[in-house]
Amino acid sequence: MRISSFGYTLKQGIKNIWSNKLFSLATIATIAACVFLFSIFYAVVTNFQNIVRQAQTGVAVTVFFDEGLDDARIQEIGQEISKRAEVSRIVFVSAEEAWDSFKENLGEYVDTFGEDNPLADCANYEIYMNDVSMQDSLVSYLQTVTGISEVHKSANVATALTSVNSLIGYVSLGIIFILLAVSVFLISNTVAIGITVRKEEIAIMKLIGATDFVVRAPFLIEGILLGMIGAAIPLVAVYFIYTNVIDYVSTKFSVLSSILVFLSADQIFYTLLPISLIMGVGIGFLGSLFTVRRHLRV
Amino acid sequence: MIILEDVSKSYSTGAPALNGISLHIEPGEFVFIVGDSGSGKSTLIKLLLRELSPTSGKIVVNKVDVGKLRHRKVAKYRRSIGVVFQDFRLLKDRNVYENVAFAQRVIAVPARQIRKNVPSVLSLVGLAEKYKSRPKELSGGEQQRVAVARAIINRPPILLADEPTGNLDPKNSWEIMKLLEQINKNGTTVLVVTHNREIVNAMQKRVITMKKGVIVSDQKKGGYIDED
Repeated sequence: MRISSFGYTLKQGIKNIWSNKLFSLATIATIAACVFLFSIFYAVVTNFQNIVRQAQTGVAVTVFFDEGLDDARIQEIGQEISKRAEVSRIVFVSAEEAWDSFKENLGEYVDTFGEDNPLADCANYEIYMNDVSMQDSLVSYLQTVTGISEVHKSANVATALTSVNSLIGYVSLGIIFILLAVSVFLISNTVAIGITVRKEEIAIMKLIGATDFVVRAPFLIEGILLGMIGAAIPLVAVYFIYTNVIDYVSTKFSVLSSILVFLSADQIFYTLLPISLIMGVGIGFLGSLFTVRRHLRV
Repeated sequence: MIILEDVSKSYSTGAPALNGISLHIEPGEFVFIVGDSGSGKSTLIKLLLRELSPTSGKIVVNKVDVGKLRHRKVAKYRRSIGVVFQDFRLLKDRNVYENVAFAQRVIAVPARQIRKNVPSVLSLVGLAEKYKSRPKELSGGEQQRVAVARAIINRPPILLADEPTGNLDPKNSWEIMKLLEQINKNGTTVLVVTHNREIVNAMQKRVITMKKGVIVSDQKKGGYIDED
């Protein structure tokens, strides 16, 4: 396509938007609402997943050793475990460290033990995972390692966190799908009206010898532009809203700062911006493509 | 240039619109096609423009077998035919210049070429001064001249005019016919579908008369046959 032809097509696309001002506005508003909801949803879900991920990093599997196992074997076991794909890091807790830690919870009763260490055989490894959902496969492996007597896992926490994560994923997919369908439907209506309004012009174009592409292109451009505008407006709004909300929550609820670790606006928009723009343009393009194919037999 | 061999066209209901017509039109001819409503004139125009396909028979235009033309090649084929309609079919939201330039824009003629071609063709139809006017600011005759300018700007070898004087007074009708005659003298084959008895009789061109889907007369320098 020549530059001048592209310019002409673009101009016609903009003209279509302008001549159907009301419908164009309605379409932009709907896409904007969809992208706005999607962006808010994305920001919430991403932050929640971040919080869950933070919580997951604290979930560990603990392994205890056979009585009287020598230090060399314990070290060997540590090295073997570290090589596993599920493992992010391991921490060795000696019998003394385990007792010191336990003593803090005993309070006044600690004296009854005197110099004895009741946890003398409780040296262990705390194994932290890359992903809590990998816990079962890790535990199965650990149970087969010679020298390990017991494996303690955080079953409930791991399952709950994994389930919540999956649930959020499915719910968000469902909602986004519905929003997309509504947007495509609305774009389709706007373009269909544009085609009706320009029926005569299209008929003349066809008789003059315009190719299918030339006849269809302005409507595709119209859809893409509507989608782009519809996506850009809520993105700007969400950026300001998000920045202010995390500032407000971080200031007002500073007590919860260790639990509520928010992602910065830049971190969110690094992914959200291209996704939303592609989504807007995609909705516009697909919506108009379906309509043009259905209503514009050229 | 235009060859029809035993062409028929039937619609799903009713009698055939065209019934086995055969026709040869040579390059550079000026031909009137006359006949009452329902005689098949419009169907013939639609077949030539490939808006319809024949039920049977063969149509060859500029060595192109129109009946066998694939959809994706129709656009290119139509560029070889200029069309003028009774109701002008101008774009009301654009001025004279834009209406004529439109025909070049949709076939991707470079902008520089369009700027050169449009004033030239507007001069030919006598509307160079009115290039900024909108269709509603023009008389019927002027609007039809814009439509003629749009039809010939891509230099098609064939010009089809479907009742070009149907909405015009006698003076403007004659001006349009003189313009079409001038275009024909420049080498373009011109087919005019008309009811205008006076013009057909006066111009003494080839006249093909149709009735109920068949050609009833084909006169080299004929006049309007009164069918009553």
